[in-house]
Amino acid sequence: MEFLVASAVGVLTATGLYLVLRLRTFPVIMGMSLLTYAVNVFLFASGRLTIGAPPILQNGVETYTDPLPQALVLTAIVISFGMTAVIVMIALGAYLGSDDDHVDDPAEDDTPQAQPQEDQA
Amino acid sequence: MSHWIILPIVLPAFLAPFIVLAARYHIGIQRAVSVAGGLALVAIAAGLAWQASDGTITLYQLSDWAAPFGIVLVGDRLSTLMVLLTAVLSLFVLLYAIGSGWDERGRHFHALYQFQLMGIMGAFLTGDLFNLFVFFEVLLIASYGLMIHAGGNVRLRAGVQYVLFNLLGSTLFLFALGSIYAETGTLNMADLAGRAQMIGADATAGIRIAAVLLLLVFAIKAAVVPLHFWLPSSYAEAPGPVAALFAIMTKVGAYAIIRVFTIVFPPDLSVTADLHGALLLPAALVSLTIGMVGVLAARKLDRLVAFSVIGSMGMVMVAISLFTQVAIAAALYYIVHSTLAAGALFLIADLVRAGRADLELRAQPPVAGAALTAAAFFVAAIAMVGLPPLSGFVGKLLILDAAYGTEHVIWIWAVVLSVSLVSLVGFSRAGSVIFWKAESIERPEEAEVTPRPAGLSYVAVGGLLGLLALHTVFAGKIYDYMDRTSAQLFAPAPYIAKVIGTPGKMTRPKPEKAEGADKALTGDGETDAQPTEEH
Repeated sequence: MEFLVASAVGVLTATGLYLVLRLRTFPVIMGMSLLTYAVNVFLFASGRLTIGAPPILQNGVETYTDPLPQALVLTAIVISFGMTAVIVMIALGAYLGSDDDHVDDPAEDDTPQAQPQEDQA
Repeated sequence: MSHWIILPIVLPAFLAPFIVLAARYHIGIQRAVSVAGGLALVAIAAGLAWQASDGTITLYQLSDWAAPFGIVLVGDRLSTLMVLLTAVLSLFVLLYAIGSGWDERGRHFHALYQFQLMGIMGAFLTGDLFNLFVFFEVLLIASYGLMIHAGGNVRLRAGVQYVLFNLLGSTLFLFALGSIYAETGTLNMADLAGRAQMIGADATAGIRIAAVLLLLVFAIKAAVVPLHFWLPSSYAEAPGPVAALFAIMTKVGAYAIIRVFTIVFPPDLSVTADLHGALLLPAALVSLTIGMVGVLAARKLDRLVAFSVIGSMGMVMVAISLFTQVAIAAALYYIVHSTLAAGALFLIADLVRAGRADLELRAQPPVAGAALTAAAFFVAAIAMVGLPPLSGFVGKLLILDAAYGTEHVIWIWAVVLSVSLVSLVGFSRAGSVIFWKAESIERPEEAEVTPRPAGLSYVAVGGLLGLLALHTVFAGKIYDYMDRTSAQLFAPAPYIAKVIGTPGKMTRPKPEKAEGADKALTGDGETDAQPTEEH
């Protein structure tokens, strides 16, 4: 169980990081989503792994699971869902506007500007 | 329990939907509501700061739930100071946005602005790490909207980078929170302070990783090199008033570092003691250097200002990384100065843009109102570079003084003094090319004469510069206050006692009431469990 959860977090994070380091919007956003999944599972694990135990006090129950990480994960899911929607819309706008879906700054910014400056000086 | 302390969060939270729902198509009403809200915020913030000025710590328990379980807002000297700073800056920036007509160039400017304020105020007031995350997200999601306000391809593109970088930061923040919770079982800052001290010397790996992760997250917000890459493009491409408001956002990161690393992981906590100096000071010195060299290297005025923000954050971080009472007081003085100066500079850059084709640093024909703009730039640049007589000089002096006698004094003095020269050259070059050289260029015949910027814009810029002047004139008194603020930070016992000790509706003041409290929580009786027992 521990091994499964730990390796799930690890694999998700590794894949997410790899994709985030790509240059184009789509893989980067995919990577971001994978990273948020990884962090959600990680948050779950931060309250210790307990199977089949209730989070709320009941009569005759000895073992409980920690309810707080579940509340945290819920918040994190909602926020990351909203954020993903926002980034998809902004990225779509940027792509449709400039017909280019690279996330880095365009390289040609640098060269033409150097010329006039030296002329003036 | 007084409810005033929650107003800085609730007021913008109500104004924003009101603006969207009721005044959607009426820019006049939006402006009136927004300015009225801004004025009210300044008044409330001033009241809170006055309340906290004698060292009182105000605690607000939402729904009256007691601290480690409920959500709390805490107002001490530091938080109320930052809230007041935000309120004042936002009012002037708002006036500029109205005067320059930026708020008409896209929709929902005022609503997003209010949401942004709500997030910033919440981040300063919260006493809980997870709520800090939530308020970070609130301020970020509003800032995404403001950042791409008025649209345009370049801005959208810069917006994508900005959003992605901050999403990564948020994910990292969650990892940090998860590790802290796994190690300590709480996320309330005052509660964490006690728990962190209980961790034995043989099991420090987890908490050290968590502390470093947290430091990383706040360093991203504070744009400390090498985590600064998001800042230059996004601040330069953001609309002028928005960039000016963003001047406070880097300070949110600085605030969070000060708060967490004085209360939760104080410098004398042996578990994390060697992290601050080892990590923060070199990064701060490098960002100071990179920022000011960036000022010299910038080809556009807006990039220049953005790099000067990185440089001034580096200066703040140098002071913070020393983690002594004197140094934190100097850092706080410099934070106020650098917020006002950066805000004014972004507004001035926008004023310059008003008559020119672009903001590139080469001579273009003079524009209407250039004399006044040039004067404002001169004053703001003096403040930002840190020349006498303005507050930048005082702030730098305080930081140098705080560094004197520490083991890294040579490094700090050498870097601070030499990059000051670099930034001086950078700002002088920009000012002389943009304002003086303009006179030597003939205005082309066919060019239209652009009208001079609105008076209200100058009022806003002048107001910020006036505050800078006041910050200099009353430097002695303000520094005394900062020193007391810093003293409060380095003696966190009253803060912790206030947050943890104040009873809420489920706490059991007397043994006989305990049964009732248990029943209320579990719904039914007798049997089990102590509900207030920790996880």
